[in-house]
This record gives sequence, C-alpha cells and structure tokens, in this order.
Amino acid sequence: MRYLPGQEVRVADRFHAGHHRTPGYLKGKVGEIQRVHNSFPNPETRAYGGDGLPVQALYQVAFAQNDVWEAYSGRQGDRLCVDIFEHWLEAVE
Amino acid sequence: MDLNRSAHDRGGWPTEELIDRTEHELDDWELRTDALMGALVARGVINLDEMRRAIESMPSPEYEEASYYERWLFAIETLVVEKGLVTQNDLSARLAL
Repeated sequence: MRYLPGQEVRVADRFHAGHHRTPGYLKGKVGEIQRVHNSFPNPETRAYGGDGLPVQALYQVAFAQNDVWEAYSGRQGDRLCVDIFEHWLEAVE
Repeated sequence: MDLNRSAHDRGGWPTEELIDRTEHELDDWELRTDALMGALVARGVINLDEMRRAIESMPSPEYEEASYYERWLFAIETLVVEKGLVTQNDLSARLAL
C-alpha cells in the first residue's frame, strides 16, 4: 500500500490504448486519497484474458470540482470522488 | 483534455443535449441478452473486464447509435467468436435467417 488517506496524488497523464478504468477527464489532476478500498486483479490485463496479477490497490480519491471542470458553477468546496488504481497515481511532493 | 479518448470515456464531453431519463419496458431480446451475459459470466466463460473491453472496441459511430443492450450483444458476439465458442460464419448464418 503506497498511499495513505490524506495524501495528495496526481493521476498519471498518460495515454493507454487498451481497456483501463481511469477517466480521461482526471488525467493530470491532483486529488486527495480518501480511503484504500482493497487490492483487486488488474482490469487492464483481465480484459484481454489475463489473470490480472499482480493485484493492484484501489483508492478512493477526492478531487475539487473546480479543479476538474474549468467552468464549474456549483458550490465552492464540492468534490468528486473516484476510484483509481494505484498504478495510475503519482506522489505529489 | 485528451483527444485520444475512446467513445465510452465521455465524462466532460461538451454537449447541449439533455440526458434522457425516461424509463422503458425491456424487450424480450434485451432480457435474454442480460440472461446470456449473466450465464457466460457465472460459468467463467467471460469476465466483466473483457465485456467492457469488447463494448469499448465498438467503432465510434456504431457505439453512438447503439442502445445499452445492443452494446452488450455486440460484446457477447465479439467474445464468443474470439474464444472460439462460435464461429463468425455460424453467427452470420444464424443472423441471416
């Protein structure tokens, strides 16, 4: 388990041609780890008949809506929580 | 914004269209499609990640036109042919009936 609740992380801004569960609109965005769900087989290899091993930790990450959407007009402080696998996260110094 | 995103990865796509929230009765073929997918997954023939990957492999124009269960059906056909359970020829022959 690489990240702990409260830690800031950046979603890797990389292209991935195959199946992956990281929404495009979050790539490059910085969020805060809320909780560690558990570890699960990696859908990126399971999607092509692989066993998904090694398992990957899955985190719930919260993003400020203002950071995600340029024209966000909702309440200040609104956040968006998304589940993201560890290999898509980078530590923010 | 990453322009290389495929059709299913649509969060944040600009649109003026409202989301259609109307409910509709499911047709028999839709119920059967759901049951077929359930059976294939329960028997371990396919997994949900493969199903999603197969749906995402739909060409963009078809994806946009297809209904929810049409996408499921496309995924089932793609995967059973890929896994050699049914040949594309058999499938085509039956569909032509």
